[in-house]
Amino acid sequence: MTATKSESRISAAFTRLRSEGETGVIPYVTVGYPEIDTVQHVVPALVEGGATMIELGIPFSDPLADGATVQHSSFEALKNGVTVEYCLRTARELRAAGVDVPLAFMGYFNPIASYGLDRFAEQCAEAGVDGLIVPDLPVGESDELVKACRRHGRDLIFMVAPTSTDALIGAVAQQASGFIYCVSLTGTTGARSSLPSGLAAFLARVREKTDLPLAVGFGISKPEHVAEVGKYAEAVAVGSSVIDRLGRASREQQPEVMRDFVRYLRGL
Amino acid sequence: MTSAGIERIRPGDLPDEHGRFGEFGGIYAPVTLIPAIDELTVAYEQAREDPDFQIELDGLLESYVGRATPLYHAKALSEKVGGAQIYLKREDLAHTGAHKINNALAQGLLAKRMGKPRIIAETGAGQHGVAAATVCAMLGLECIVYMGEVDIARQSLNVFRMKLLGAEVRPVTSGSRTLKDAMNEAIRDWVTNVGDTYYLIGSAAGMHPYPMMVRDFQSVIGQETRQQILKAAGRLPDVVVACVGGGSNAIGMFYPFIGDESVELHGAEAAGYGIETGKHAATLSAGRIGVLHGSRSYVLQDDDGQIIEAHSISAGLDYPGVGPEHSYLKEIGRAHYHPVTDAEALEGFKMLCLTEGIIPALESAHAVYLGQQLAAGRDSNDIMVINLSGRGDKDMHTVAEALGVEL
Repeated sequence: MTATKSESRISAAFTRLRSEGETGVIPYVTVGYPEIDTVQHVVPALVEGGATMIELGIPFSDPLADGATVQHSSFEALKNGVTVEYCLRTARELRAAGVDVPLAFMGYFNPIASYGLDRFAEQCAEAGVDGLIVPDLPVGESDELVKACRRHGRDLIFMVAPTSTDALIGAVAQQASGFIYCVSLTGTTGARSSLPSGLAAFLARVREKTDLPLAVGFGISKPEHVAEVGKYAEAVAVGSSVIDRLGRASREQQPEVMRDFVRYLRGL
Repeated sequence: MTSAGIERIRPGDLPDEHGRFGEFGGIYAPVTLIPAIDELTVAYEQAREDPDFQIELDGLLESYVGRATPLYHAKALSEKVGGAQIYLKREDLAHTGAHKINNALAQGLLAKRMGKPRIIAETGAGQHGVAAATVCAMLGLECIVYMGEVDIARQSLNVFRMKLLGAEVRPVTSGSRTLKDAMNEAIRDWVTNVGDTYYLIGSAAGMHPYPMMVRDFQSVIGQETRQQILKAAGRLPDVVVACVGGGSNAIGMFYPFIGDESVELHGAEAAGYGIETGKHAATLSAGRIGVLHGSRSYVLQDDDGQIIEAHSISAGLDYPGVGPEHSYLKEIGRAHYHPVTDAEALEGFKMLCLTEGIIPALESAHAVYLGQQLAAGRDSNDIMVINLSGRGDKDMHTVAEALGVEL
């Protein structure tokens, strides 16, 4: 329990959620998809719709934890010329535009390592990015990035999965700050029609090991999912169904579609 | 004289308990896979210590794969080159026509032992896919092979072979549609079906324990070579040469010689159209340290850490990563890696056809060319072994096209 943790924007957002008794919604958008500046264009609308926090995806050429939808967005974003530097600039622009919810980057390890772990954490702090999720960095390989994030007061958010042993969940709880990202199922990202069975038992196992808030992601696309997950966790992360809607909407429609989708997920 | 395929050379040496070869290797994998990786590590360690597993593997290596493969003194080639005496380790004569079967058989037995009925594999040239399909047919296991669309087009013969052997070949349409994308897709399948599925990696790359396990299973190549050259020439070779894509045949050949400081180890990387063109697969020569497919190693990547598409005339070397142990051997200076272009590989290819009556795989032709270069001008008493990792039947269409011949 470091001082950083209790003061972070992410922790504050979860404290507010708890007091309001609401289930948080964390939309994921890939920076640079479908157009280079779509994220700047739609994040204010996501916030207006009631998003608790925004995950900004840093595209990668080899997104091996992602299903077809996020993969496609990642390849398109790279074609649009997105770089790590551009992702940082996007975050700065969002802050300058008055976006005040927590922002977290979701990105694979290689581009971040190539940029430099300490430099990246430092630039996140400077750009107003509060947290970092790295889907191919398990806790066993995370020491250096944990140190960099602590040095610059950023939350490094770890994932746990239904296959995770209690020992691994315990190790994650030791290192994690901000919240713990619970992968709902064994599989890649992508919308599913129903939640996996055994989710409640899995989340109970995680809850036993940590006081941190839990967010559940992978496969979530409907208000029924949000309501069900809300019984056991503080928030949901929603990626593929956001990306899918962004890809299909015209530029003019995108903000409204995003705002309405978050409201829809919240049961409004 | 089948030798112990999974005997480690010096117990307690690398990788360490974190799967590291110096700063290389490790386990950079989605969290869902961590228990499966742990399960595999434990199962492999138990199998390695189990005499029954060893006996079964050795028996099949002999009776099914056809080991030991010969070590052939290529006198005509040696004379033509004018230098060291060149010996060829004939992995091209192994069942299915390449060294890939050594590892596929061993991992197939391991999967069976672990009670995993469903095997997935990635393939580039199709040699590993064919080896996996072969072993699965023999052991009664379901086999799904991921293969990039580009590779499917240039290796249609191997696709047909896999299907004949009962495997399902799933085309991969994402990214560059080659080996790296096939590996991404196989990892996605593994994440999704982690309970009943065994991921049979064919290269010495990927997350721990694969680089160690594939090396150990391929070390039969170097162990046999050692015994054979001692018998044939009464001493160890001066130079050992192998081609390096992901690096499985090379590490299998090099590993048993690592402790012998007098033995030079040289790897031939695919330089495609030439390193300066950017169209190549020479990861160790022109890459930079990064993380791809679960391990830290040299990687072909741009300034922003995005993986660059590799290029090689040989699909089996067309990979932007390399096994972490090769990165380590390069870093400590124990092995040396050299770029060999498509054109040079074709030269080596033709030379071996004409001087020795052996049609090598295009992958192996890279090693042949490098061997010629390194042998020329050396003392005629010097001994060089080139690992002829596979045969060239699969490459007839590619070679014909490169030579401007219509079949």
